[in-house]
Amino acid sequence: MPAPFVIDHSSVTQVMAWVLVALLPGIAAHVWLFGPGILVTLALATVTAVVAEAAMLKARGYPVRPFLTDLSAIVTAWLLALCLPSLAPWWLIVTGTLFAIVVAKHLYGGLGQNVFNPAMVGYAVLLISFPVQMTSWPGPLALTGTPLSLADSAAIIFGGAPKAVLDAVTMATPLDTLRTGLLQQHTVDEIMTQPIFGHVGGAGFEWLAGAFLAGGLVLWALRIISWRVPLAFLAGVWLAAGFLHFFDAGRYGAPWFHLFAPSVMLGAFFIATDPVSGSTTPLGKLIFGFGAGVLTIIIRTWGGYPDGVAFAVLLMNVAVPLIDQYTQPRIYGGAPGREKGSSR
Amino acid sequence: MTRVLHRFKGGVHLPDHKAESNGRPIHAAPVPRQLVIPLRQHIGNPARPVVEVGQQVLKGQIIAEADGYISAAVHASSSGTVTAIGPALVPHVSGLPDDCITIETDGRDAWIDHAPIDYQALAPADLRMRLRDMGLAGLGGAVFPSAVKLDPGAHACPTLIVNGGECEPWITCDDLLMRTRADEILQGVRVMRHLLGSTEILVGIEDNKPEAIAAMQAAAAGFDFAVEVIAVPTIYPAGGAKQMIETLTGRQVPSGKLSTDIGIQVFNVGTAYALARAVFHGEPLISRLVTVTGHVLRPQNFEVLIGTPMQRLIDLAGDRDGATGVLMGGPMMGMPMPSSEVPVVKATNCILVKSDALFPPLPAMLPCIRCTRCADVCPAELQPQELFRFAKAGDFGRAQEYHLFDCIECGCCSYVCPSHIPLVDYYRYAKSEIWAREREKRAADLARARHEFRLFRLEREKKEKAEKLAAKAQAKRAELAAEAAAPGATGEADAKKALIAAALARAQAKKAEVAPKNIDQLPPDKQREIEEIEARRAKIRELARQPLETDETKP
Amino acid sequence: MIAALLVMVGLAVVIGLALGWSAVRFKVEGNPLAEKIDAILPQTQCGQCGFPGCRPYAEAIARGEADINQCPPGGEEGVKKLAELLGVEPKPLDETHGTPKPKSVAFIDENLCIGCTLCIQACPVDAIVGAAKQMHTVIASECTGCELCVPPCPVDCISMVPVAEDLPHWKFKHPLVMMKQVGGARG
Repeated sequence: MPAPFVIDHSSVTQVMAWVLVALLPGIAAHVWLFGPGILVTLALATVTAVVAEAAMLKARGYPVRPFLTDLSAIVTAWLLALCLPSLAPWWLIVTGTLFAIVVAKHLYGGLGQNVFNPAMVGYAVLLISFPVQMTSWPGPLALTGTPLSLADSAAIIFGGAPKAVLDAVTMATPLDTLRTGLLQQHTVDEIMTQPIFGHVGGAGFEWLAGAFLAGGLVLWALRIISWRVPLAFLAGVWLAAGFLHFFDAGRYGAPWFHLFAPSVMLGAFFIATDPVSGSTTPLGKLIFGFGAGVLTIIIRTWGGYPDGVAFAVLLMNVAVPLIDQYTQPRIYGGAPGREKGSSR
Repeated sequence: MTRVLHRFKGGVHLPDHKAESNGRPIHAAPVPRQLVIPLRQHIGNPARPVVEVGQQVLKGQIIAEADGYISAAVHASSSGTVTAIGPALVPHVSGLPDDCITIETDGRDAWIDHAPIDYQALAPADLRMRLRDMGLAGLGGAVFPSAVKLDPGAHACPTLIVNGGECEPWITCDDLLMRTRADEILQGVRVMRHLLGSTEILVGIEDNKPEAIAAMQAAAAGFDFAVEVIAVPTIYPAGGAKQMIETLTGRQVPSGKLSTDIGIQVFNVGTAYALARAVFHGEPLISRLVTVTGHVLRPQNFEVLIGTPMQRLIDLAGDRDGATGVLMGGPMMGMPMPSSEVPVVKATNCILVKSDALFPPLPAMLPCIRCTRCADVCPAELQPQELFRFAKAGDFGRAQEYHLFDCIECGCCSYVCPSHIPLVDYYRYAKSEIWAREREKRAADLARARHEFRLFRLEREKKEKAEKLAAKAQAKRAELAAEAAAPGATGEADAKKALIAAALARAQAKKAEVAPKNIDQLPPDKQREIEEIEARRAKIRELARQPLETDETKP
Repeated sequence: MIAALLVMVGLAVVIGLALGWSAVRFKVEGNPLAEKIDAILPQTQCGQCGFPGCRPYAEAIARGEADINQCPPGGEEGVKKLAELLGVEPKPLDETHGTPKPKSVAFIDENLCIGCTLCIQACPVDAIVGAAKQMHTVIASECTGCELCVPPCPVDCISMVPVAEDLPHWKFKHPLVMMKQVGGARG
């Protein structure tokens, strides 16, 4: 085979491994704020994803080893797990992960071929199918005051828990609270006095968001992700929320509050930056991120669900081919990036 | 050194591996027993042989002349006897043979008479033709005939860039040339300047070659024209012509155009040196500097006669066990050779011997994850991941829309790809398919045109024949009509009758003419025999007719 | 009622006139579809499709009288292109019209040639030169490899020689093919 005969030492495995490493601060914050339940969820999702990935690779006639060791299935599993309520029942985790790996990834052609972000497809399916389970979030330990041990968490996840126990540990998330409050004709300021809210975001939740932000900055510093998608995403959220808040501060949450709901930081740095289902051009990345950010606020404000990151990302995934086609950058020598009907 | 340098987009930092070979002085490689000199060493038409098998040739003697404007002559690199003219293995990745002239050297290395060219006395066009006949071609790798590049044509070339970039890892021949022969390089530049009318001369050298920069600067001080020797940042592919232009001038060559369109011409330092040898010494291009490096005992540079088998040089540098192949060029753009016995040609800047330790086999390829690292490093500012997608799918039209042909095949994209996709191979494949299709299309268009002309020709011939016959009949009729009209006016019917009668008479006369002549004087027995046979024939004819008649009379 | 009828009739007349006028005004010479089909056909002019050349076959396809899979020199790829142009499903080549062969050109053994000119008359692209009782030869660069000259030759001196790949016509292979050749990475 002709040149080049040298390569630098990057690999898909390395890229994915760094993504996992960058998620660790978020996971640590999660454990600290909400208890160790997330670890059980992560483990279960990982096992499910690996088994499903191996089975699908085998079924599709691909060599299992190089594709399993690329760690992409585990990244999908972790991202999905971090979006789920940390005490979600085991079948919810397994169903979501299976759907993400089998349908959203492999039925679309496997690594590099999926049009939609697999983790977000899994999440969206669960949210639509099991809305009750998907919104039963444990409250921050600081508020519920009932720290669950790892074993207790596992018992709840695998065995279910009496409603009384669950009610004791779960409570409405800040976004839920805001939504419910607004539906009851309260103003934002009134709602924000509830204990679930913290300095800028939700109590505890804002620290989780901060941890995701820190991990994301690591990815950016390592040039695993480009600054364009996260920055545009955050800008989209901030501007859209700020615009609404500016006109009616009583009915629309503050931009900082929206920014520090953890799903935005996770979405901006880890989910929207998925290269496979995202835009590839520099301008396209900005449009993709900004669009996802604005859609997040639109869905949060007027949509049927309290959070909109997953749907916003999925909607922008659909637009990627179009965005890419019309944002081809000019090439060396000044020709437009894409020339219709050019021929030598 | 007040020049503001510009940074071209993309590029990668590579381990340069220059120290292996740039520490040893240049050695002249001995004359090999046999020289194999390909006729296609440059871009354009291959040279046309002007010697015959068995002919004695001298060093520097022209053995194949340039064929057309974009072509260059080929010379005997040493004295000896021509032993073969025909296909032989050449340094091409395909491993296909091509026409070569093989010379059995006599060891005398005897020069043909040669003298310097008084370049100032010659008209520019004549000088260029002389250079073409000296076999000059770009030694940076593209081997484009230099005479063509030295013709400014309709453009003025105020800026002449002498490229001492040599950004590929492992290669050091330009480095050594600049260190040791800076003065002659600038002598060559003097001639280039004369032909192009350039007013600004820039020498760009990557800053990982401080000795070369110092040598060139020292030499430049002694010239009567201004030469700016500029250190450029070391980043691959800074030595690419387009990248060097952007670094030094901040200008980009428009897509699909030549650098002369923006008033800039670029020559490699090796070409300038070869030009100086040609003009000031009368020596055609029969040798060049070649870096022999990689998996050899003593990596170094040789002054090599064109046509020397690569293996001779590898032997000189110290062959080692465990070699896994030979590359011509560097690890980023070099081509694997079908054999180490292929000859050194004008384009051979480096012979890189591979081993598993130096060049481990590339890991298995994974699917593209669209991470766009390739786009970040692409110096042509393309979207390699899209080109890959189209090339892989065979959608060559789309690949062209996305500027496949602006790809310079530098290999940066393949280098950084985390999925280890041989991207450049896909682009080469797509380009060569597109070229093949264009060739097929041209052939089909030609066949269609020829077929249509043939149909037209057949039609025309038929018409011409019919017209000729009609004209003949018309003439005859007129003649007869005139005849008939003379004795007295007769009707059209009479004319026709006469026509028929005339035809009958003609036919009878013809029949009589062709009556067999061998039965004129026969002995009586033979005559009888013939009559008997004739009678039998008549009888058979009679018999044959009868059942037919009965058949017909049946109700 | 009458008014409505009149309006409708009037409209019909106006539109009819407009259509008639535009049919004359914008008349396209020839058959543009046949033109496009002909551009895809390889122009071998071999007649294996059952028509006396590529153009008649193209016209037959355009009229819907011939199928798209009757051209062996065009191969599967040609069928695919025709299918794409016509918006139909591609189908395998019809074997009754022959199978694709590697590109060849005719070669006349000049020692055997008696100069009968039969091959010259058979050649659809005038790629054979020669005259009566003179030796004939094939212009290889013009030969389409149609084989039409082979059967008429009374002394069987014409053979089809496959075109060998040479340096200027060499193609880079698909990377996966190359990998298999060197026994490298996954194919």
